[in-house]
Amino acid sequence: MIVAKRKPFAEIKAMLKGYKKVLNVGCGTCVSVCLAGGEKEVTILNTEIEMTRRLDKEPIEIQGHTIERQCDREYLAELDSIIEEGNFDALMSMACGVGIQFLAERYPLIPTFPAVDTTGLAVNQAVGWYEERCRSCSQCVLGMTGGICPVTMCAKGLFNGPCGGTNKGSCEISNEQPCAWFMIYERLKGQNRLDSIKKLNAVRGWNDQIPRNLVQPGYKKPENSLK
Amino acid sequence: MSTETTYKSGSNLEKILASGQFAFTGELGPPRGTNVNEVREKAQFLKGNVDSVNITDNQTAMVRMASWAASLILVQEGLEPNYQMVCRDRNRLAMQADILGSSALGIRNMLCLSGDHQKFGDHPDAKGVFDIDSIQLISMVKQMRDERTFLSGGDLHGSPKLFIGAASNPFADPFEWRVHRLAKKIEAGADFIQTQCIYNMEKFREFIRLANEEGLTDKIHILAGVTPMKSVGMAKYMKNKVPGMDVPDEIIKRLQGVEKNKVAQEGINIACEQIEEFKGMKGVHGVHLMAIEWEHKVPEIAAQAKVLPRPVFD
Repeated sequence: MIVAKRKPFAEIKAMLKGYKKVLNVGCGTCVSVCLAGGEKEVTILNTEIEMTRRLDKEPIEIQGHTIERQCDREYLAELDSIIEEGNFDALMSMACGVGIQFLAERYPLIPTFPAVDTTGLAVNQAVGWYEERCRSCSQCVLGMTGGICPVTMCAKGLFNGPCGGTNKGSCEISNEQPCAWFMIYERLKGQNRLDSIKKLNAVRGWNDQIPRNLVQPGYKKPENSLK
Repeated sequence: MSTETTYKSGSNLEKILASGQFAFTGELGPPRGTNVNEVREKAQFLKGNVDSVNITDNQTAMVRMASWAASLILVQEGLEPNYQMVCRDRNRLAMQADILGSSALGIRNMLCLSGDHQKFGDHPDAKGVFDIDSIQLISMVKQMRDERTFLSGGDLHGSPKLFIGAASNPFADPFEWRVHRLAKKIEAGADFIQTQCIYNMEKFREFIRLANEEGLTDKIHILAGVTPMKSVGMAKYMKNKVPGMDVPDEIIKRLQGVEKNKVAQEGINIACEQIEEFKGMKGVHGVHLMAIEWEHKVPEIAAQAKVLPRPVFD
């Protein structure tokens, strides 16, 4: 899932400075599961903002509304009437970077601010602990590397590791960081598949250097779409 | 030696290794500023005592004078540089541009490295490039030199004449992988290897034995890395803080066993004993002396190691 972390409160407060009526929009999918931007987090943040602004003698009217997914028009549509009637002078989103942008795009005349920093595609290691596993590079090599991603997990994104910095199974950057290529080596050895990384991995083109657009086979963009 | 020999680069280092003589290379870190004299002064200690001088590229991710620029200062001083390039700081466009420029201006050796992670340096939040890795860099230089094409396949008008070097760390784990990695670097096109500083001789002997067994040492020239210990503190630091470094306790004990003002000399003695063993070790073709911020000691180390005078070619 996509994971995110709430921005420091001072940064959120600075972004909202001068705005008097704000709608904070939560997202009920990924950021809700990773405890960053669901209904509960919207309520907590709104309370903090209200209290601080009251103490600063700059009161704010802040409402919260959490929809199922901010990356989907179908769900965003339910905000139309709320926003039309609410007369908000700013919107805030607690969704991932994708949701924030889709919200901003739908209401282009209202300033929209992010309340979270999106940190990646991660696994749920334990409650509150998420580990990045995928950089969505568009060219998956997991078949060659025994299911461990060198693009994400190797600090240098090497394709012919492990390098000389491997330190008792850890990466040279920290003892806390396992060396991805050490793990790849161990896993492939266990599968008797070391040949997979003994051969040279040639230079690859990076497919993530321009905005990517995906249209699945058998589908096409709607004709009236600008995008 | 036949004058008919065709060299890949014609560098002094290539000629020495091709002639079967034991090579002896040094190292010099460029200054953290524009002081050219700093480079010239260090170079004087190396001149005539080593065959080629590695010029580090933003070593430990600290910004320094560009390695190609410091390399050219060495050329002006009459020394032969071994231009180091890391994958951390430039993409394939910048790398190829620098390779062409350095070759055009007379650089003949190049060492291809991944580079220490930027986290270690003075700009820890910099974006690490790593567009390609060190093994891919080796094969890119070889392609430019031998196939006379850019990485993209486009024709080069004049190809770089470079003797291609790579690093090897026999002490990083998994140990069994280290010989495979050496084989990959040979397959990619490396002409010579300079190893990580060696202190654990037993492990290094085993590494070379495996490399000999695989026939790898017939395909590439291996220069054993040597760094004399200046102090007990340095030995402990290398043991505990430098990733991939293997310093056995005997080394530390031996340094501790001499009077304080003789520790540095003991460090040099250890280095020279190692060099003596490397001279007779099958599969080792030279020594790479990394006398870190100790360039002024190189003349006496070279003399004590009995590697002087260095061979001279026309």
